[in-house]
Amino acid sequence: MKVIYDGENGRAFKEVLGETIQRLAEADPDVVYLDADLMGCINMAGWAGEHPDRAVNCGIAEANMIGIAAGMSAVGWKPIVHTFGCFASRRCYDQIFLSGGYAGNSVTVIGTDPGVCAAFNGGTHMPFEDMALYRAIPGAYVFDITDEAMLEGVLPQCVDLPGVKYLRVGRKSSPKVYEKGVRPEIGKGIVVTEKGQDAVIFACGLMVAKALEAAEILEREGIRIAVVDLFTVKPLDEELVAAYAERTGAAVTAENHNKIGGLYSAVSEVLGRRCPIPVEYVAVEDEFGEVGPQDYLEERFGLTAAHLAEKTREAVRKKTVKKQNR
Amino acid sequence: MLDDRRKQELQQFALKIRIGAVEEFGARGFGHVGGSLSVADVLAVLYGAVMNYDPKNPKMEERDKLVCSKGHAGPAVYAALGLKGFFPYDEIRTLNRPGTNFPSHCDRKKTPGIDMTTGSLGQGTSLAVGMAMGDRLKGRNCRTYLIVGDGEADEGQVWEAAMFTAAKKITNLVWLIDHNKKQLDGYTKDVLDTGDLRKKFEAFGFDAVRVDGHEAGQLYDVLTGASGEKPLAVILDTVKGKGIEEVERTMGNHSMTVSEETCDRWIRGLKEKLED
Repeated sequence: MKVIYDGENGRAFKEVLGETIQRLAEADPDVVYLDADLMGCINMAGWAGEHPDRAVNCGIAEANMIGIAAGMSAVGWKPIVHTFGCFASRRCYDQIFLSGGYAGNSVTVIGTDPGVCAAFNGGTHMPFEDMALYRAIPGAYVFDITDEAMLEGVLPQCVDLPGVKYLRVGRKSSPKVYEKGVRPEIGKGIVVTEKGQDAVIFACGLMVAKALEAAEILEREGIRIAVVDLFTVKPLDEELVAAYAERTGAAVTAENHNKIGGLYSAVSEVLGRRCPIPVEYVAVEDEFGEVGPQDYLEERFGLTAAHLAEKTREAVRKKTVKKQNR
Repeated sequence: MLDDRRKQELQQFALKIRIGAVEEFGARGFGHVGGSLSVADVLAVLYGAVMNYDPKNPKMEERDKLVCSKGHAGPAVYAALGLKGFFPYDEIRTLNRPGTNFPSHCDRKKTPGIDMTTGSLGQGTSLAVGMAMGDRLKGRNCRTYLIVGDGEADEGQVWEAAMFTAAKKITNLVWLIDHNKKQLDGYTKDVLDTGDLRKKFEAFGFDAVRVDGHEAGQLYDVLTGASGEKPLAVILDTVKGKGIEEVERTMGNHSMTVSEETCDRWIRGLKEKLED
């Protein structure tokens, strides 16, 4: 996977989402797209109007939409469902859990505006717990999308994957990390950079670019780290996590999510069992969201490269103390 | 319209469904007795005279489908399916035993002929909408029949799905509301009064009719009527525990503990009616 990160932003995710869903539906006669009155938010309204047999606007009724999608799966369709992440998780949890997962139906759910990306919609619309909820559905896949190239590479794979698949992705643009045309392997982490073995940052979603920024800050101080993109938060690439934990002896997780139930939890579950090392985290503390510009919210909840660098220094310090105590 | 002979056959099928359900409860010692017995007649008409299906090919694409959203009536559905040969009939007596394919609530992954997993009330409505709309978009000539409990109508999801059904004119989906007037904590009118269900569905944009949910002729006529412009909602006027007087008289008959001896007595009574 070629990394092209230079801090420049890519195209808006909403444009890429619209194009990718349309392309998938046009290539596969079984793909159907459902939304809950948010088609306009991912550039799908025009196409949906032209393809009423392939696009269903369920109105503002997310629980019903998930049930309909699951029912359509049972009679041979491959539904792609979109709504904001807060509604795609909290609002319809029992439906995706039972009508989706338990009943053996296959539904791809796209939750936009994860975490601080909800910005001006504020705390009511700010899911810091969506990954935790989906991780608790047996057999479900959970993806936190890093950039537009990853979105174009992962979403098409979801359509044919059985079971419940949850993708969280913003609508605005984010820094480009990967070269266009990549096809990230589901369930496998990506080593984005490996400057050295002082520590490893396990990141996902919008925190991957920040982890790369942190790696540069730390390199200037002589701390050389690896950055691993764990975009598949479930099933987690346990082998890669354990390997980099062993190699570096100090880890930090980074996610746009509550520290409970997301990447920090997932990585800690693996390391506690396979390679107990100091693990720091950059994540939202056990708090609700609030309103504001995204850059303000990133500062407010500590989702910054500077905070990540600080936490990495702390992990390295703990590793050193641990070695000295031996 | 059914002639008297066909009507009698369906009545007998309904009695056999009741016997099957009671055999299941008797083998386990407890179960959702009242709500299973109240839907026996509509199941008999659906599986005996209305629905197109193949017990040897339960996943046939263009089959008619049943979603029993009040999934706790599974024991009655299992009896109907067993009697129609979807699986060896005697298997239904494993209801709720460890490793069984016959759980108290319908599970499409376990039981041949069960078209959809249900049990968390309200959810079967949206699933049925999706199945019917999915079939229609595929150009299939088949219907989905959805059984909803009147107590289940407390759930908001039922009304989201009803609004969608009418707004999108899903006319290959038939809603059947088992209006047996009771739910776990008592009478529906006392727990949360659903009001006039026929008028409610009519207001939502359905052709809504009320029939005697235990009368095969009325059920057959309404279920074989031509699809209209609007989707059809049938309010089934039923009695919770129908067919076994002792159960009908029991106030708390949603879920009952029953001894094998009691069930044997009930079965003897039902068999006597069968022989009449």
